[in-house]
Amino acid sequence: MNAASLAPLAVVLPILGAALTFALNRNPVAQRMVSIGLLALTLLLEFWLLAAVWTTGTSSVTLGGWLPPFGVVMVVDQFSSLMLVVSSVVSLAVLVYATGQGMADGDQEAPVSIFHPTYLILVAGVSNAFLTGDLFNLYVGFEILLTASYVLMTLGGTGPRIRAGVTYVVVSVVSSVLFLIAIAMIYGATGTITMADLAVKLAELDPSTRNLLHVMLLVAFGIKAAVFPLSFWLPDSYPTAPAPVTAVFAGLLTKVGVYAMVRTETLLFPGDTLNTPLMVVALLTMVVGILGALAQSDIKRLLSFTLVSHIGYMVFGLAMSSVTGLAAAVFYVAHHITVQTSLFLVTGLIERRGGSSSMDRLGGLAKLSPMLALLFFVPAMNLAGIPPFSGFLGKVGLLQAGMELGTPLAITLVVGGVLTSLLTLLAIARVWNRAFWRKPDDAEYPDPVLKDTTAVGLLPRTMVGSTAALVVFGVALTVFAGPLFQLAGNSAEQMLDRTAYIHSVLGEDATVPGIAAPGGANQGSSPGGAHSGPSLQGGAK
Amino acid sequence: MSVNLTLLLVMGVLYACGIYLILERSLTRVLLGLVLLANATNLLILATGGYAGLAPLFSKGTDSGDYNDPLPQALILTSIVISFAVTAFMLGIIYRTWALARQDDIQDDAEDRRVAKTPSFDAEDDAEVPQETSEFPLAAVAAGHVPGDPEATGEPPLNDDEGGGPQ
Repeated sequence: MNAASLAPLAVVLPILGAALTFALNRNPVAQRMVSIGLLALTLLLEFWLLAAVWTTGTSSVTLGGWLPPFGVVMVVDQFSSLMLVVSSVVSLAVLVYATGQGMADGDQEAPVSIFHPTYLILVAGVSNAFLTGDLFNLYVGFEILLTASYVLMTLGGTGPRIRAGVTYVVVSVVSSVLFLIAIAMIYGATGTITMADLAVKLAELDPSTRNLLHVMLLVAFGIKAAVFPLSFWLPDSYPTAPAPVTAVFAGLLTKVGVYAMVRTETLLFPGDTLNTPLMVVALLTMVVGILGALAQSDIKRLLSFTLVSHIGYMVFGLAMSSVTGLAAAVFYVAHHITVQTSLFLVTGLIERRGGSSSMDRLGGLAKLSPMLALLFFVPAMNLAGIPPFSGFLGKVGLLQAGMELGTPLAITLVVGGVLTSLLTLLAIARVWNRAFWRKPDDAEYPDPVLKDTTAVGLLPRTMVGSTAALVVFGVALTVFAGPLFQLAGNSAEQMLDRTAYIHSVLGEDATVPGIAAPGGANQGSSPGGAHSGPSLQGGAK
Repeated sequence: MSVNLTLLLVMGVLYACGIYLILERSLTRVLLGLVLLANATNLLILATGGYAGLAPLFSKGTDSGDYNDPLPQALILTSIVISFAVTAFMLGIIYRTWALARQDDIQDDAEDRRVAKTPSFDAEDDAEVPQETSEFPLAAVAAGHVPGDPEATGEPPLNDDEGGGPQ
């Protein structure tokens, strides 16, 4: 029995929970206990998976008795298990927050009985997308999480949510169709959809065909990840959803797209054929996104724009296709999932305390609710990349990778990255100044709830507690940045090497093709052990 | 691998109509466009399976090349189920839009329109910075500046800002 044989449980447990909570919809208390309990169990399982993969290396499991090139496989390597752990921590915190909000609100606006099953299905879809080693199964994972997200996005069916939901559903369906077309073409060209097998067979294709397939996949994932020219749906649709829903979407959904892009770039199409366009896209995503954020006066919309902008950092690391760049990107994904989610959760709290999330209506929150100010300040500084925090460490890794590459475009990216970081600080500082620092009377249209000092009970302990837990987790990522960076470095090395992944799926005697670019020379290196940090130079140049 | 020309042509027409329809503003048409796109993609997947052959049920003495490729059909089945669910959900949304607003069109995002109309001048950010920024007028005197009358202006520049800034 290898580590991966328990991996399907990460998908099965949440689905089981969805069925149970659906059956228990008359009994909210039991529903809450089941969903939180099962998600906690999943989290424990995923910690175990991470530990197992750390010691024994990449492993895979075949489902349904069909052997690898035909059946569906699930592969657990360091990158996917890290993503699983971080995503489950975040989704558990958001679930606790959401139950707190549901209990406090008395379930008026949203039919909360449907929330638990849908939320668990979303988590199952995310886990499936992280674990799968089959391109079509990845599509299915995307569809599971997207269908659940359609329901969560339009929860309650109010006017603004339906309006935002339409944009979201149509854009997501179109991107799924594009992904499906890409899968069909890849199957037509190679006759397989198992990713490890594709890694071998795509290398034998004509370069022009390969580039076409590559671009199609990247466009499909680019829409899901909200990379610049394909990102306009995001700030339009996210802010209207209920606070916990927006938080989990911002943390997880775009990162699943980024995860798929990373897999495409490293496993299926290694080499640097599309690195230049990716770098340009990364630069534009960072800069355009943050300029959009500066124009907003609503905190949720501002955060949605910073979300788009910081996706650019991950694409930046990916486009370097060196161990340093990829390791920094992996680290940044883990950091950003946590921080962005905590910021959206805090915004939900601000909305409760201040009555609004518009900065024109807020003021003086630092004095009215110091706890809230602290909860906002820590992840906000983390997002902007102020030195002690993990955001700073991730960005330094990226800048280092950019300087190592040293081409004019890479230097431009480094400059763009620093600029974006400063502009993020500016955007965050404006939120701080207007919502927290000035007097409540200075607000343009102060919200009546704001100065109501009897409203202390507006912040239930569960909500504040789960937000605080997530903020602490974000700080823990900073404290344990050393081991985490090592983990990120190992996974980057394994992803660029590909041997461990392909061997674990296709067996030890499968040939690992060299990189298509001239001078691909990492044929014989060992299936990466846990021995070195991100300082190792990349093998895929 | 060779493919059926009729199927390809039908697929092309479905894609063309689907893309035309999703560019419309009416939600029902958008939904029809999505359905057409999904079906065109199903035909594309079918085409990747090659020529139609025998049903892929094992029988002795049949050459492996005579069977149809079963995998694309399994994929199509999955994608039909998924597009069915999404279509049902979209219909629900369309009905809800009709119930709420009595219209079938996609509506603008009000906040987005508002931000787009906001002038680039921001009263708080772009207000003129007052000359005297020191809170210690004596230091300013020592530096040779004429101090503003502290009694007249009352408090430090922050309040000045508000009074003087464009309303």
